Amino acid sequence: MLEITNLNKTFFPGTVNERKALREIDLTLAEGDFVTVIGSNGAGKSTVLNMVAGKLYPDSGNVRIDGQDVTKLADFKRAKYLGRVFQDPMAGTAPSMTIEENLALALGRGKVRALALGVTNRKRELFVEELASLELGLEKRLKTKVGLLSGGQRQALSLLMATLTGPKILLLDEHTAALDPQRAALVTRLTREIVERHRLTTLMVTHNMEQALALGTRLIMMHDGQIILDLSQAEKEKMTVKGLLGEFEKIKGAQLDDRTMLQ
Amino acid sequence: MITAVELGLIYAIMALGVYLTFRILDFPDLTVDGSFTTGAATASILIVNGTNPLVATVCAFFAGAAAGVITGLLHTKGNIDGLLAGILTMIGLYSINLRIMGKANVPLLGEDTLMSPLRANGWLGSWVSVALLLLLCLVAVAVIVWFLHTDVGMAMRSTGDNPEMIRSFGVSTDNQKILGLALSNGLVAFSGALIAQFQGYADIGMGIGIILIGLASVIVGQAIFSQRYIWLAAIAVVFGAVIYRLVIQFALGAGLEVNDMKLISAVLVVLALVLPQVGVFRKLAARIQITSRGTAKADAPEEEEKQNA
Ligand SMILES: Nc1ncnc2c1ncn2[C@@H]1O[C@H](COP(=O)(O)OP(=O)(O)O)[C@@H](O)[C@H]1O
Ligand SMILES: [Mg+2]
Repeated sequence: MLEITNLNKTFFPGTVNERKALREIDLTLAEGDFVTVIGSNGAGKSTVLNMVAGKLYPDSGNVRIDGQDVTKLADFKRAKYLGRVFQDPMAGTAPSMTIEENLALALGRGKVRALALGVTNRKRELFVEELASLELGLEKRLKTKVGLLSGGQRQALSLLMATLTGPKILLLDEHTAALDPQRAALVTRLTREIVERHRLTTLMVTHNMEQALALGTRLIMMHDGQIILDLSQAEKEKMTVKGLLGEFEKIKGAQLDDRTMLQ
Repeated sequence: MITAVELGLIYAIMALGVYLTFRILDFPDLTVDGSFTTGAATASILIVNGTNPLVATVCAFFAGAAAGVITGLLHTKGNIDGLLAGILTMIGLYSINLRIMGKANVPLLGEDTLMSPLRANGWLGSWVSVALLLLLCLVAVAVIVWFLHTDVGMAMRSTGDNPEMIRSFGVSTDNQKILGLALSNGLVAFSGALIAQFQGYADIGMGIGIILIGLASVIVGQAIFSQRYIWLAAIAVVFGAVIYRLVIQFALGAGLEVNDMKLISAVLVVLALVLPQVGVFRKLAARIQITSRGTAKADAPEEEEKQNA
């Protein structure tokens, strides 16, 4: 479903600020894979997601979605395949538009937007049904401006909007990180339910190791622009947070040794 | 007094165009100073050459829309700052407008214009023409409000509201900006064409400062009307335009000259922008304006940070 091959990205090449964000990343997701991604700050997790989404373009390497090479396709053109939820709860919705208008925008993904009325009664029925599944009572507030919702509500709505049309791939970048623990738990639960319901192929970045172990069918760990650990579902089920930290130290140490030896 | 209301209603169409860019697209478009004259010039020269005035006025709309497209292309494809893109088009249009008119002033005396029937019946300066112009404004408001609730119109609103988000749903924000600028400047040029026919001539300088009149109308309307619904905000713009004209009329009556009008416009916009920040007015404004950005909490993820690898 998603094929990332030999992806490289260096920011500010040839300057003192040169930063190799990605080094020869290879990653393939089969249909229905739900991969959680962990790693230190600056490991390149967001950069991978941004390249899948078309926010950044790689120096070399390819991104294929469902067999189609999208490496150079503009973000809005490949948006028909991709649902995204960002870390900032403000980022995924239009604040001065109502809940139903936001959902109508999301429903228009991959369709030609013309002069038909954006919100119709038929769409409203669908919105009510979908919103009810969030169990936040938002289905009674269709005409509320989204800017008036709390961060947790907005993030839940963002998740619903991102998945409303059943995208081929769902990209989540620390989408629970800005929420208080209670709301984070809610959005985590919704994520699990929605991904299962639509059987979405998902790439989820999180800095919460417990969440990374609890969710998904596969886990990868990144460090310094590389994937340093790739656990299958069976391996992941046996893994603990402590075990992950141990792996991380081990691999990081080994890498450092390599570098030192090269010098 | 009635003439001021008539003028206000014609300028209201221009102000609705400014509302589209400034409020809906969140794009500070200065093209309007040029495109207003483009509309007047296009319609006038066509009318002088015997074109049906309605056709001429519609052509003015498209001429203005073309100007908007230029600004849009400069900004989106040329990566030129929005303000500068508008200024570039505006300056360029000065020469183009002169080319269209062939000289600095095109009189429409004795020509058949959209105002001729009103004039012939003695309706100009009476409440009949006010009613007709109000009807025209309401039609414009209705079309704009309808458009902003269609799929493409909603995509345009979200382009102004949260461009990153709407791109992730497959909308080209570039195309939306170009389309919005085209519609906006089309309306501005349409208004310019009507003003030329109303005052009986097109003049190369008639667009200077138009952006301030548009902004003043939008801001004044916003100060007295809720922005809760789009239709209310759009009607507010129309009222703002009329109020602006009445204020000008009042200032002229108080002894200021026509040449002082630009200064009055500027002062009015400054007042409308600054007053809401001052004490009593701030409270008033806070009550009137609904904040679009919510107060959603973004808790610092300190707890979880510690678990970081
Ligand atoms: N747009 C950018 N411009 C410059 N440097 C960037 C940019 N995006 C990411 N980087 C750098 O690339 C590296 C990887 O960043 P990122 O992918 O955001 O890491 P994370 O794993 O924390 O999400 C970091 O060193 C970061 O500073
Ligand atoms: Mg990141």
